[in-house]
Amino acid sequence: MVRLALVGLGKMGLSHLSIVRAHPQVNLVGVCDPSKFMLELLGKNAGLETFTDLETMIKRARPEAIIVATPSRFHGEIVRVALERGIHVFCEKPFCLDWKESADLAEFAEQKGLVNQVGYHYRFVAAFQEVKRLLEANAIGTVTHVLAEAYGPVVLRPAGSSWRTQKSEGGGCLYDYAAHPINLLNWYFGMPERVGGTVIKKIFSRDTDDEVYGTVFFEDGPSAQISVNWSDESYRKMSVKLSITGTAGRIIADRQECKVYLRDGTRPATGYSKGWNVRYTTELTEPVWFYVRGEEYSLQIDYFVKAIVSGSRENVNSFAAAAQTDQMMSMMREDAQGMVTAPLASPAVQQRKRPLFGRLEEGGLVRNDAKFAFWR
Amino acid sequence: MMPNLLFGDNQFFGINHMSEEKARAQALQFQDIKEVFKTLDAAYDEGIKTFMCTTHDRVEEICDHVRANPDRYHDYAFYPCMPYAHKYANAATEEGVIGAIKKFAPESGAWSAAVRSGVSLVGKDISGITRLLIDAEMQMFKGLRTPVVFLQNVVVDLLLGLGMTEPFAVFSDHVRTKYNAEPGFITMNLPLLLGVLDDLKIENPIVCSNINKLGFRMCGGVGAYQEALQGRRFRAIAMSVFASGAIPPSEAISWVCAQPNVEAIVFGASSRSNIRSTKGLVDQFWKGGNPVLA
Repeated sequence: MVRLALVGLGKMGLSHLSIVRAHPQVNLVGVCDPSKFMLELLGKNAGLETFTDLETMIKRARPEAIIVATPSRFHGEIVRVALERGIHVFCEKPFCLDWKESADLAEFAEQKGLVNQVGYHYRFVAAFQEVKRLLEANAIGTVTHVLAEAYGPVVLRPAGSSWRTQKSEGGGCLYDYAAHPINLLNWYFGMPERVGGTVIKKIFSRDTDDEVYGTVFFEDGPSAQISVNWSDESYRKMSVKLSITGTAGRIIADRQECKVYLRDGTRPATGYSKGWNVRYTTELTEPVWFYVRGEEYSLQIDYFVKAIVSGSRENVNSFAAAAQTDQMMSMMREDAQGMVTAPLASPAVQQRKRPLFGRLEEGGLVRNDAKFAFWR
Repeated sequence: MMPNLLFGDNQFFGINHMSEEKARAQALQFQDIKEVFKTLDAAYDEGIKTFMCTTHDRVEEICDHVRANPDRYHDYAFYPCMPYAHKYANAATEEGVIGAIKKFAPESGAWSAAVRSGVSLVGKDISGITRLLIDAEMQMFKGLRTPVVFLQNVVVDLLLGLGMTEPFAVFSDHVRTKYNAEPGFITMNLPLLLGVLDDLKIENPIVCSNINKLGFRMCGGVGAYQEALQGRRFRAIAMSVFASGAIPPSEAISWVCAQPNVEAIVFGASSRSNIRSTKGLVDQFWKGGNPVLA
């Protein structure tokens, strides 16, 4: 049995909590959150040991592993505290708002030999795993271009007051939505050498972004275009879709299905034939022991727990992998501010359009220590 | 006695577990609410007079339509399934978890009082919150027959995992006393849930879960489900019998009808011909429309 604790009882924290409590190899030893409401609710009705302070929880509950599901701004420091105490960590995405911190923590976790995983659950979606398998089998030849999309109906009017609507807290369409297709691109193609033409805009939000578009270029690899909008009411819920074009065919994949067009039938390793092929989630998805909101959420937790139990250090969605995604998002943010102005514009105009401090402000992480103290 | 065929609503709201394209095509087909009425009428005329539906905003329009035509629908029944989870999930992203609860609980005196006296009071009175949320979801069905009221699987399974099961008993009592209805539970974790409902002394509960030949979203496995159907006391409704279209209709229905103690099948369809063919298969395999009782 793995002694596991959880920090942060928001939307993702509750979902993880439900899954870990139902896991046969987990002993949930404590939950930590600043909200008295949530702690009383769960303490009284679910019989959990509750804490408002991370250090106290670690000291008293002695977890071997921890799930971090706080607002993104707090991830880095909480993860560091856990790693220092030799605790395996599963952290929600995005990992850290400053990718250098992500890379540091990745190195630290590896040094300590601890299991480290970030909640990019799309890597556990069967259709996207099938895409990985097909690309590794070179099923569609050399990939030339990818369209990576995500749409959904999150912010549909000028309102909202949670941390997810604050860019400084790690909220917004880039961190919340675009992170997923970007992470899939990293999984399939690694880190791009450059990004270009990035557009990060508000539609309804006051304090953060609602749509993200841009192009990325992988060295000796494909180009990819990212198109993400979380203010799109025409989608019932979040929908992530990849369209991958290669010299020998094409793959179109979303959570439900993986559609493959092969130009010729001479790639037997794939099990696909010439022309259109479709594999549905119903046949691709492996069964889980407990289901709350999608097999992938259960599978990623199961992977984390099994890695701890078995001593395997083959991390999927490792801190290092998530650091790539954090870095790529940071590249896009910088690119979005550095748009090339029209050649006729005077230097003064260009200067105004690209203020030095604006850039620092965007790229840097301003930590509110008063709020942060909560978690320690 | 529950009818053995219930009409589901996924097709009306662009929900398809196998294909987003198909889901979008259905959303287009049913954009005009009159198309929804037409399909419900087709089911009704085939003898399927129970509509098992989520508390989606559009269901309100269906309720209005049925209320406005009492002669046509005098023997029509709704099986409401609450809540429609995406409206809460999206609100939780925007407003936080507590903000989402506040947003959908009615502006009743009780809620305002709870807010006034501070959230910690609410923390101790989970039954109060549960009842308020049920009442909010039931408002659209006022004056209509709702003999069974379900708690949706997202909520059932979330609470089941959390080990926070008291709301099941509150739900059960409230639905019985205030709405004179049988409580029902939808789950993807049937064997696990049955144990918990036993512990809560919710006897012979109505439980709706995936029951299909593929074992699709049947946590614990087909074997554990078959054991539960054979040996445990509950009233089973089978959903996702076609596994979103992955199993050919005849194979799917004949398999489900051969399982012991399944009391009803809930299915969705977008055309009269599909409704008729499913009805035909059920009549064929459940002899005389009666389920095979072991």
